[in-house]
Amino acid sequence: MRNDRLLFEHLDINLDAGQMLVVEGPNGCGKTSLLRILTGLRLADGGEVLWRQQPIDRLAGDYFEQVNYVGHHDGVKHELSCLENLRLARAMGVPSGLDLDEVLEQVNLYAYGETEAGSLSAGQKRRLALARLLATDAMLWILDEPFTSLDKASMALFSGLFEQQLERQGVIVMTSHHDISLPTQALQRLRLGVAA
Amino acid sequence: MFLWFHKLGSPPHFYRIAGKWIPWLTWITVLLLLAGLYGGLIEAPPDYQQGESYRIIFVHVPSAWMSLFIYVVMAVCGAIIIIWRMKLAEVVLISSAPIGASFTFLALVTGSLWGKPMWGTYWVWDARLTSELILLFLYLGVIGLHNAIDDKRTAARAVAILALVGVVNIPIIHYSVEWWHSLHQGPTVTKFDKPSIHWSMLLPLLLMALAFQFYYVLALFHRCRAELLRRERNSKWVEEL
Amino acid sequence: MSHRLSLTQAFVFLLRRDLLLALRNRAEYAMPLLFFVLVITLFPLALGTSAELLARIAPGIIWVAALLAAMLSLDSIFRSDFDDGSLEQILLSAHPVAVLVLAKVTAHWLVTGVPLLLAAPLLAEMLGMPGEAQPVLLLTILLGTPILSLIGAIGVALTVGLRKGGIILSLLVLPLYVPVLIFAASAIENAASGFDPSAQIYMLMAFLFLSTSLSPWATAAALRMSVS
Repeated sequence: MRNDRLLFEHLDINLDAGQMLVVEGPNGCGKTSLLRILTGLRLADGGEVLWRQQPIDRLAGDYFEQVNYVGHHDGVKHELSCLENLRLARAMGVPSGLDLDEVLEQVNLYAYGETEAGSLSAGQKRRLALARLLATDAMLWILDEPFTSLDKASMALFSGLFEQQLERQGVIVMTSHHDISLPTQALQRLRLGVAA
Repeated sequence: MFLWFHKLGSPPHFYRIAGKWIPWLTWITVLLLLAGLYGGLIEAPPDYQQGESYRIIFVHVPSAWMSLFIYVVMAVCGAIIIIWRMKLAEVVLISSAPIGASFTFLALVTGSLWGKPMWGTYWVWDARLTSELILLFLYLGVIGLHNAIDDKRTAARAVAILALVGVVNIPIIHYSVEWWHSLHQGPTVTKFDKPSIHWSMLLPLLLMALAFQFYYVLALFHRCRAELLRRERNSKWVEEL
Repeated sequence: MSHRLSLTQAFVFLLRRDLLLALRNRAEYAMPLLFFVLVITLFPLALGTSAELLARIAPGIIWVAALLAAMLSLDSIFRSDFDDGSLEQILLSAHPVAVLVLAKVTAHWLVTGVPLLLAAPLLAEMLGMPGEAQPVLLLTILLGTPILSLIGAIGVALTVGLRKGGIILSLLVLPLYVPVLIFAASAIENAASGFDPSAQIYMLMAFLFLSTSLSPWATAAALRMSVS
């Protein structure tokens, strides 16, 4: 419920390793709320979220360790440089094997390593936000409109990264207004906001 | 036993049960109030030191007790909300706050009116009065915070935390008259040995305390029912009423 | 695949991040200190040449100013992180949030409380506070300002998501600040009159201990509520 409005009920979804869920629906139907419930940032009014058969509120830190969330906000500090921002993201989670310069290189921000994040364009900031996915090691990626402000080339870049994550037996849950080209056998779609 | 508790926690069930009890509670409250006031204002002898003006304790002391009691109830609800997210606890907490605030205000005002003839001043900044005033602000804070948050279930979590944080103030208020010797008189009723107050004054005091307790439950039931209707207005059981 | 940092490492990391951010936002963080000094300097101007009166109420003036300055500075603990999404990331961290919160509050104290400690002796002199009371003054500020940051953090955490959070923050936090004010001012007054302030100092220590152990949990719970 949000402010006494029922958003959705009777949802039952199962995701296996290597699968991806795309949540679709009109604005205001509760896509963001659902994603936030899956991350544990928001409490559901009823029901539970299970990760490997265990409720996530019981797992706490162990669950968060395996989740990477990129929401509407970039989660990027404007006064810190790109590298400093990534170092922080690493400190909060499980560091991946990649060197941070490599990470920046993969998202085409190598030249901006020491630049203050505040002086980046919206698209660059979004790439930095998504770079977190490479800087830390997480099985589950929960992404809310990841392609906002990105140009076509960047979108293709990240679609590629999503595929790699699925190949690694990771799981992705995302919402997007854009069309993503992905192997359909790994894809599940969930449509919210349809009248009962 | 747990089944009864679980049933009680269900909003429509509570709504019905509370509704049935309200007339009884009203009668009991009125009777106790009349008995207490009669005992306190007419039967009890005048105090040898203070004469007639002491009689305000029959309102002052029970309201002070209620102000502490209700806050503890809110803190317990707060714990229940955080651990189990029980809807009824949310409703009881927020319905109790205005009642508790009123009792606190009443205690402060009656104490102040008593203070003038007894100590020569309406107010003094000793530990007990100051912490009782803090209690009033805590109540107002709970009401204010709850109003400020739109989503009422989130608001319940917020005030639950606030109530629990503020509960530290309660032992300070209670024990302040023992820890600091100042203007407010020491404990006379809640000491562990025999209370140092005469029975003819103690009885009306206890009657008034009981009356105020019943009044709290009565007012609580009224408010809870109204709050439940407001919160669950879209649910089936409310539509069927 | 590596493992996450140890808890101590994460604590230090977040502490250093917040100190770095404060350094890069120097102007914003200097405000509370300036306010503190300004408020205190108003009193000699208002009370004219009555040096004796000023010296007598100096402990109260300094502590009220410290309280108000602390309240002004509270918003900065979580506001920026809330607005840009960093707070969510902290809540989603693999580390216990209460410890991370403690790191942020410690940083806040270092940036807003410690300057008060440094400015206080000079201001006490200016108000004519007797010399023998000054060590006690510093001790109360040393013990009291962390308490203000810790308790204030709970209030900010409860109100950071609200539109007009600042107003209700004052209502929530001031009742909880009052005991600190009372004991601190009373300790200094005792010392100034030649009495023993130890009872009040012990109470302050007890409050500090209590708030350090309990406030991070309450703050973490409140942050989860505000972010949801």
